[in-house]
Amino acid sequence: MELGQNQPPAGIKPAQVFVYCLFAALLCTPLAYRHIDPRRSASGAAVEKSALANYGLFLTESSQAAGIHFQHTSPHLDAKLDHIKQEVASMGAAVSIVDFDHDGLPDIYVTNSGEGSKNALYRNLGGGKFEDVAAQVGLADVNVEGTGVSMGAIWGDYDNDGYEDLFLYKWGKPELYHNDGGKHFTRVTEQAGLPAWVNANTAVWLDYDGDGKLDLFVGGYYDEHIDLWHLKDTKIMPLSFEYAENGGRKYLFHNLGGGRFEEVSEKMGISSRRWSLAAVAADLRGTGYPDLFVANDYGVSELFLNDHGHGFHEAGRQTGVGYAPKSGMTAAVGDVLNDGRFGIYVSNITEDGVLTQGNNFWMPKAGTSGDKIQYENMANAMGIENGGWSFGAQFGDLNNDGLEDLYVVNGDISLDRKQNYWYDFSKVAGGNKSIISDAANWPPLNGRSLGGYQQKKVWINDGAGGFREVAQLVGVTDVFDGRSVALADFENRGVLDAVVANQNGPLLYYRNSVAPGNNWIEFDLQGSKANRSAIGAHVTVFWKNQKQAQEVSGGSGFCAQNQRTLHFGLGKADGVERVEIRWPSGKVQTLTGPAVNQIHKIEEPA
Amino acid sequence: MNRNSKLLGIDNRYLPPLLITSILLVGQLSFGLLESFSRTALAIATAMATELILSRLVTGKYANLASAYISGISVGILLRSFDYWPYAVCSALAITSKYVLRWRGRHLWNPTNFSIVAMLILAPDYISTLSIQWGNTVWPMLIIWVLGAIIVWRVNRLHITGTYVVSFIALAFLRHLITGHPFLAEVAPITGPMYQLFIFFMITDPKTTVKPIWGQCLVAFLVAVVEMGLRLEQSIYAPFYALAIVGPIANVIEILWTSRAKVVPAQRVAAMA
Repeated sequence: MELGQNQPPAGIKPAQVFVYCLFAALLCTPLAYRHIDPRRSASGAAVEKSALANYGLFLTESSQAAGIHFQHTSPHLDAKLDHIKQEVASMGAAVSIVDFDHDGLPDIYVTNSGEGSKNALYRNLGGGKFEDVAAQVGLADVNVEGTGVSMGAIWGDYDNDGYEDLFLYKWGKPELYHNDGGKHFTRVTEQAGLPAWVNANTAVWLDYDGDGKLDLFVGGYYDEHIDLWHLKDTKIMPLSFEYAENGGRKYLFHNLGGGRFEEVSEKMGISSRRWSLAAVAADLRGTGYPDLFVANDYGVSELFLNDHGHGFHEAGRQTGVGYAPKSGMTAAVGDVLNDGRFGIYVSNITEDGVLTQGNNFWMPKAGTSGDKIQYENMANAMGIENGGWSFGAQFGDLNNDGLEDLYVVNGDISLDRKQNYWYDFSKVAGGNKSIISDAANWPPLNGRSLGGYQQKKVWINDGAGGFREVAQLVGVTDVFDGRSVALADFENRGVLDAVVANQNGPLLYYRNSVAPGNNWIEFDLQGSKANRSAIGAHVTVFWKNQKQAQEVSGGSGFCAQNQRTLHFGLGKADGVERVEIRWPSGKVQTLTGPAVNQIHKIEEPA
Repeated sequence: MNRNSKLLGIDNRYLPPLLITSILLVGQLSFGLLESFSRTALAIATAMATELILSRLVTGKYANLASAYISGISVGILLRSFDYWPYAVCSALAITSKYVLRWRGRHLWNPTNFSIVAMLILAPDYISTLSIQWGNTVWPMLIIWVLGAIIVWRVNRLHITGTYVVSFIALAFLRHLITGHPFLAEVAPITGPMYQLFIFFMITDPKTTVKPIWGQCLVAFLVAVVEMGLRLEQSIYAPFYALAIVGPIANVIEILWTSRAKVVPAQRVAAMA
């Protein structure tokens, strides 16, 4: 209600002319700002020579040349969901990197989600060539009707036999496969004691208690009692677009050894029914134990702080990361300021003119640490906030300049380019729980797009606390519905390439060319007292008054896992002063002056 | 001051600012309604500063700031942007429009409605509007509806809100018949906080609504009708656009009608003389 104001006198006076001019100027401001906005995505033709000169990298989509011919398909689900099938079945394209056969070259595992569709394991033949060996090793035919379909996969050596095993999470029966010496995989789900059905969209390997055996966190999305192929009714959707707590439960499987696991989530303080889409485990406070960050759709993120291996306590609200509800779809950590502190990147939804959530980048507030750690969202200040309908994201030094960059994939549903579902989506998304929670109330999609055909984001770290978006200029020009991105040095040449899994789209292999002159160093770690995969090993590289920290991860981003080998760009520095490795066992190892431009294989000292 | 001019000793003019401030605080503390207070503070400060400067320049006096406060806080709550400048520009635009978009002594658009619509048209790549809910239970919504209804009743505007709400629900049923979409999906938007601000603070604005009660009800109904048309065209911001279209047309008609009514008796007097 606009209340009282004074009446202006009749006739036009100079003051009124000023008011008219001010009014016109205000109307023109958006147009003027658009021309000077420094954060608008760079556009123009992707030309390798200029990209290398200006940004230090160029990414060439090389899947066909590499022998990668993979097409993701979505499931059909129960006919009661037909009217919004593409919206419900909008996930399942996932990629994870592993050297499953110990030949020193990272391989690619990619999931499919159509009923009866096959997953693929692309064995790295070297020289940028791959072959799908999933059928040969027993990892292809895993989406058999009645068992659900794949949502993602993570690799970790749960029995410390030196070979990475596979945990496959699904909307359906989760599966554990034992790696038999890099030759074949044996299904060991029953022995492991995994549940009969979980509608999971995230999982990470972590050794939460530091006992040297990898434990497993699994985050549910839909309630585990729901079989999406045989629905009793259509009341399966979130109770709210922002405050839903009717999703799937969380699981923490403690590794008992001997291939057996015990579910201990309640006992360890992890109790949530938020709609989890991503999780990452990392030692965020320097305690020597991994904390667990969970990004949730339809609500706030959760941060489970590790009480020295004895359990977790949820501190999302206390630390600031669990306050404003959004649509969390990725969780990735990076030390972007080279100060040894991890920030946590969470992707959300932004559609210009419709929905402004913005991605979050949670940086520890200056002067806070330990149990008193506080986070603030620096995504806006750093220019990495608007990623569209963002899904997967990963940090990595893409141009070897000594700074971690950020690769984000996006796009929800790309169908009819001329018609979109936003209006109908916004109707129910703002509705009360009795409306939004019933899929029958959701208007039919009818072939319309929702956040589709989006340009990806490659944000180059400028070293001054900001990022510049250059995707179009460095060759990342696809507009598929990106879900999962993983980074790896596939040819052991000191360069991070990118693999992108797209929903209902092809697997893309972006081979990276980096401008010559920058140096690098990589570490391939193997635990002895700690888990053999060295997941959780914390490595800090010191050079030229800089330090950068990275951690071996058992899963990060959206349904993804990067290579275990840690890659550090060094810029023009021709040497490294020292490297500090903090093993999950608590042991600290220091390397002095390791040679640059090579991969160091490091085994945890006895 | 009549018996309706105060509630609990508070001047009726300050009830709406108190209500909207309560909505903001409860929404932020309970549900994280705002990304940050700073953007909302910027919107409020800009609106009040603009009002002070322009009122002094144009009228020679400082205006009461209750109106500007509501404009600023409405912009701060309704607008969503990564940047700060849209909050300042939108607030300044709202206040400035009161001094520019005038005809025969009245401003034609509800200031906040005008500025939000202007920003949606001019800067769609920089802004959107509030989309967050009040939790997932019905209680916060009911409390705001009851408090809001009491306050608009105290300022004699409940009939406007009531007419609009009834019209919206009836037309939602009509849309349901036309589109085949579930009735609950069609009625869902009115359960969100964006509509609470719209029906309690925008369509009830005394300065930009017509004078007769029947006229106010008719305008509220027509806003709902135009909104339905826009919704059938899948316009996400249909209520804002509908008010921006119907409001000034209604005001212009009333101004013309009133001036004609004054002229005709004067002509008759002149003719008789």
